[in-house]
Amino acid sequence: MTTRIDARFADLAKEGRSALVTFLMAGDPDPATSLNIIKALPKAGADIIEIGMPFTDPMADGPSIQAAGLRALKGGMTLRKTLEMVRGFRKEDDSTPLVLMGYYNPIYIYGVDKFLTDAKVAGVDGLIIVDLPPEEDDELCIPALKAGLNFIRLATPTTDDKRLPAVLANTSGFVYYVSITGITGAAAADSKAVGDAVARIKRHTKLPVCVGFGIRTPQAARAIAEKANGAVVGTALVDALRDSLDTQGRATTKTVAAVADLVGSLAQGVRGAKQAAE
Amino acid sequence: MNPRLPNSFRSGPDERGHFGNFGGRFVAETLMPLILDLEKAYAVAKADPAFHAEMNGYLKDYVGRPSPLYLAERLTEHLGGAKIYLKREELNHTGSHKVNNVLGQIMVARRMGKKRIIAETGAGQHGVATATLCARFGLECVVYMGAVDVARQAPNVFRMEMLGAKVVPVQSGTRTLKDAMNEALRDWVTNVHNTFYCIGTVAGPHPYPMMVRDFQSVIGEETRKQMQEAEGRLPDSLIACIGGGSNAMGLFHPFLDDPSVEIFGVEAAGHGLTQLHAASIAGGRPGVLHGNRTYLLMDDDGQIQDAHSISAGLDYPGIGPEHSWLHETGRVTYLSATDDEALAAFMLLSRLEGIPPALESAHAIAKVAELAPKRSKDHLMVVNLSGRGDKDIPQITEILKGRKQ
Repeated sequence: MTTRIDARFADLAKEGRSALVTFLMAGDPDPATSLNIIKALPKAGADIIEIGMPFTDPMADGPSIQAAGLRALKGGMTLRKTLEMVRGFRKEDDSTPLVLMGYYNPIYIYGVDKFLTDAKVAGVDGLIIVDLPPEEDDELCIPALKAGLNFIRLATPTTDDKRLPAVLANTSGFVYYVSITGITGAAAADSKAVGDAVARIKRHTKLPVCVGFGIRTPQAARAIAEKANGAVVGTALVDALRDSLDTQGRATTKTVAAVADLVGSLAQGVRGAKQAAE
Repeated sequence: MNPRLPNSFRSGPDERGHFGNFGGRFVAETLMPLILDLEKAYAVAKADPAFHAEMNGYLKDYVGRPSPLYLAERLTEHLGGAKIYLKREELNHTGSHKVNNVLGQIMVARRMGKKRIIAETGAGQHGVATATLCARFGLECVVYMGAVDVARQAPNVFRMEMLGAKVVPVQSGTRTLKDAMNEALRDWVTNVHNTFYCIGTVAGPHPYPMMVRDFQSVIGEETRKQMQEAEGRLPDSLIACIGGGSNAMGLFHPFLDDPSVEIFGVEAAGHGLTQLHAASIAGGRPGVLHGNRTYLLMDDDGQIQDAHSISAGLDYPGIGPEHSWLHETGRVTYLSATDDEALAAFMLLSRLEGIPPALESAHAIAKVAELAPKRSKDHLMVVNLSGRGDKDIPQITEILKGRKQ
């Protein structure tokens, strides 16, 4: 099975560069603006797009992404509408990989089989579900792989060499290395430690390794892009979006551009990396 | 309704932490290695007689166990039915059953070499118990408490600070127990290398529901022995309040395989089951939150709903996974009591027995008042008096003042 994710990494390998992976919350601050932002991302330089599925109790997220989820929920976002948004995006773009990221409960309540069918039809390529470790693979991971979706697993500094094979066993698309022990938006890891960790993971897998958590600037994105196959940026984009809102938390004429501009400079950072990871 | 009844109700969970369809380990990868370590460390401790000897020593001389099983004569007379016994967990050091579990977990944490302890708390009883044992063993202690609960349980906040703990008011979400648990999990993910998360109830990822149950089972084991001494037989019914459900599970578990014993859990019905409440079994359905699959209050999109209870300790939109399983198998009957019923029961027990119950435990007393009159005079009913009401007096004073006006 080849997904848009596999195809994208194959293309990037030919170009000899790493990916910029962007994260934003679906429906933040409202469904229409959110779709416009997502549509603007590929042109601004995003290679892979992660879309957060809002959840009331995001246990691994810091204050910025918590607030983004609550803004989206307040604006009436649901999992059904998130899938609609994906369909809206796919009308214009059939090549940029889309990954849904979030927590299991909304999917469980939607119904796993129905969700996988609807997600595949809508044009989703992969899933990152924070609270589904390999110990719970029967829940969603195995059914997702059977449905033709990538299941992208998080590896962390606490995932030692003994545990890595279990984490990688059913992982596909890419491996998302969380560079710190902590929540989203927390301090960044230094690039030496990241380089060592990526090298360690690569001893166990041929999959691309993307690194996230704590990357906020083009310089940081560039440093990570020299060590890994992709740099994931989330909180910084969510913060740029938030800063563009009016005092009532509504989108303004600057909102789409605020996110797209930052993505543009992050993309320059990633493209300026001396060399991509092997 | 009960498709597959197990041979024993006491053999769970399986090796993956499942009680039937409930439980499990739904946590971020960062925490998974530590949870596996904890599972191993607890299995080793459980099999080690020295661990139990040390724990029993502290339970006796520090906690003050066994807690009495007290015949509530005036309450029995007043209700005119079943003979009512109170299991006096409120007489434990720190004023509730919470200390039983905290002692056990702190001893496991010490064996694992962890020096920093974090906890979530609702009413503050678990926070106080954790702060107390951290003081006793010289460990750093951070307690997460919803900002709403900080305001309504002020005496316990002072107690925790006096004991040397840092109390962090949680401003996210609904600012109650569920948000305190989210924030504790965020701390744990960040400080996983040196930190032990001391969960206060029979919920969370495996092995917590099992481990907390084991540490609380001392309640039911003592009750069995004490009732044998007092009446020469088993009790006929057991009643306990349920937020996450640790005091209930502690009382119930040793009796689950005695079919003659009727068992009742009492959830918090808040303003009533058609309005804001905290009764996950009565008003919720199975979902995944805080590391386990269990009954939860949520909307059709799987978003967790706000719970409401007059009692901070029951103000939680979920319930321990083993309770969900005991509900589905039909072994335990789950009832609910409203805020008003709990308040009335608080007054009833205070006036008749001179024992102000915690507002949490008052929910169980409320159902005793309903069930006892329907039982014969030789029916032996045990209610778990899980905590004392001292902490609630400022809040109740305010409510009663408001009603007079």
